Amino acid sequence: MTSPLETAADRDRLRRVVIDPVSRVEGHGKVSLLLDENDRVREARLHIVEFRGFEVFIQGRPYWEVPVMVQRLCGICPVSHHLAASKALDHVVGGVPVTPTAEKMRRLMHYGQILQSHALHFFHLSSPDLLFGFESEAGRRNIVGVAAAHPDIARQGVLLRKFGQEVIRATAGKRIHGTGAVPGGMNRHLSAEDHRLLKTDIAQVVDWSRTAVELIKRMHRADPALYDAFGAFESGFMSLVRSDGAMDLYDGHLRFRDAAGAIVLDRVRDQDYRSVICEEVKSWSYMKFPFLRMFGPETGWYRVGPLARVQNCDFIPSPFAEAERREFLDHGNGAPVHATLAYHWARMIEMLHAAEVIRDLLDDPDLLAGPLLTEGPRAREGVGVIEAPRGTLIHHYQVDDDDLVSMCNLIVSTTHNNEAMNAAIRAVATRYLDGHTLTEGLLNHIEVAIRAFDPCLSCATHALGKMPLMLELTAPDGTLLDRVVRD
Amino acid sequence: MNARPKLRIATTSLAGCFGCHMSFLDIDEHLFELLERVEFDRSPLTDIKHCGPCDIGLIEGGVCNAENVHVLREFRKNCKTLVAVGACAINGGLPAQRNHLDLGACLQEVYQFRDCVIGDGIPNDPELPLLLDKVHPIHEVVRVDYFIPGCPPSGEAIWHFLSDLIAGRTPRLPYPAVRYD
Ligand code: SF4
Repeated sequence: MTSPLETAADRDRLRRVVIDPVSRVEGHGKVSLLLDENDRVREARLHIVEFRGFEVFIQGRPYWEVPVMVQRLCGICPVSHHLAASKALDHVVGGVPVTPTAEKMRRLMHYGQILQSHALHFFHLSSPDLLFGFESEAGRRNIVGVAAAHPDIARQGVLLRKFGQEVIRATAGKRIHGTGAVPGGMNRHLSAEDHRLLKTDIAQVVDWSRTAVELIKRMHRADPALYDAFGAFESGFMSLVRSDGAMDLYDGHLRFRDAAGAIVLDRVRDQDYRSVICEEVKSWSYMKFPFLRMFGPETGWYRVGPLARVQNCDFIPSPFAEAERREFLDHGNGAPVHATLAYHWARMIEMLHAAEVIRDLLDDPDLLAGPLLTEGPRAREGVGVIEAPRGTLIHHYQVDDDDLVSMCNLIVSTTHNNEAMNAAIRAVATRYLDGHTLTEGLLNHIEVAIRAFDPCLSCATHALGKMPLMLELTAPDGTLLDRVVRD
Repeated sequence: MNARPKLRIATTSLAGCFGCHMSFLDIDEHLFELLERVEFDRSPLTDIKHCGPCDIGLIEGGVCNAENVHVLREFRKNCKTLVAVGACAINGGLPAQRNHLDLGACLQEVYQFRDCVIGDGIPNDPELPLLLDKVHPIHEVVRVDYFIPGCPPSGEAIWHFLSDLIAGRTPRLPYPAVRYD
């Protein structure tokens, strides 16, 4: 539902407070709040303020460049874009299905990516809020503070991320922006040396991942009132699931649940995403607002990412993570868990799952040998959907007779969570900020809610912006002296 | 370790993908060594929202909007040594691919003419910063002291560079660490 806090009625009379930039998230965003004379929050918005134009300038490029170009959308989850584009272009080169070796190499790369991204997000970006408190001293609320106060936790975070990055290097040639996947398959096997290297560390990585789940559970237990209620609101969920209902982050069909947990749409083929998802544009953000077509923009929005995935699947196909999933569901007492901070818990369960998947994959000889490429009848169009660390990522391309991309449409994970993130900051603003003099610590509450979603605002800025002709004149102390707007 | 005052480092991402920041974190355990010698000012890793006086400023990304210009100037003013990290900061990088396109037309395409897209039309709220016609390398806007190539430069290259700089040596990357991919 469109909340009254999305757009205040008498905007000109209200006082403006901004959080700019939103920090300890990936990418560029800001929050604006409008307050009345009694310090009541009348409007709260998360703005995505940057544009980079990928969707447009990819058009006209040869299709084989695309999996490498699109990685530059995001340095935290380049592999997700690399693989979603490759999966879409598999259709164009007639490479579906890819060979067992290619699929397993891609899966290894992808789960390495899930592991490193989840570790980065939890330890480097979010743990300072959770360990020190939302209103703790701002100067200490970062990974440096964690390294000083909890050296073991910081070290485990750094080493978990390192392992994930090493998995990516071993499968893509480089830790960031590599070249492993190509339309129709892969361009390399896992080398015997890298295989040995990864095998040496994986048991420890699984262990540390279990410790990480314990850590976040301990935090929930220590303050259930905060963890269950902070920024909580109800919504539906979307994710890919495997044909048997299992969690699968690399491939599957789309499934949607409503806020009560009932499946409302299932077995939607990835190629058909457009028949179920539409997007709404709002004037104040460059990030669109997707919604389920059958319900419309008012009620059809949903959440994606760990919180959605852990509850949308029927089971997690690895033993430790599955046991953790059951405990997570028990926490909801039969109803879906809607708590914003439960994203962290779900994320750590997924990190453990990723570690288990990597462990099992490393026992598979197909990684080291076997055909890498599939070719077949050419097609002009392909859709690739993958579960990126932050949620469902959709790449869609059309290719012309000269092998140039003629249409590119991307719906990135963070975009799906656009309405949800705005709902979360409105919930937090109402509960914690209303009527108070705003301090840095109170404003950080808003950012804590945004961080829980692990937004990737770089990814979300792929669309091009126009120039709103606007000039602001500010005094040295930051107060706005004048603003000229021309359209 | 010892009583030497810590050097202060600020980092920011302008029109970049955060890959250069991630590569900075790819120094892995060296991070803990680094923390013995430096402290962080404004950075996406901290909650400091404005850059204060610093010894080293690391800039990722080129300049694509008015806010980027503002932040970049703030960094130049405050940082004794300013470093362009990665292809985007050095020459605009991939985002500069939009430089040959007409912005208005692109915008209409993405926000108005796509299937299944409804709503207000092209976003134009005053909260959204003024977009520049073209993406610019940062040295076109401010003086830059060092450039580290790569997309991104490897964690190793960044570590090597910072170790030299912190030790007071002129940074010199070993040949294999100088890469442009
Ligand atoms: S240089 Fe490469 S890695 Fe760095 S911000 Fe630009 S695209 Fe990302």
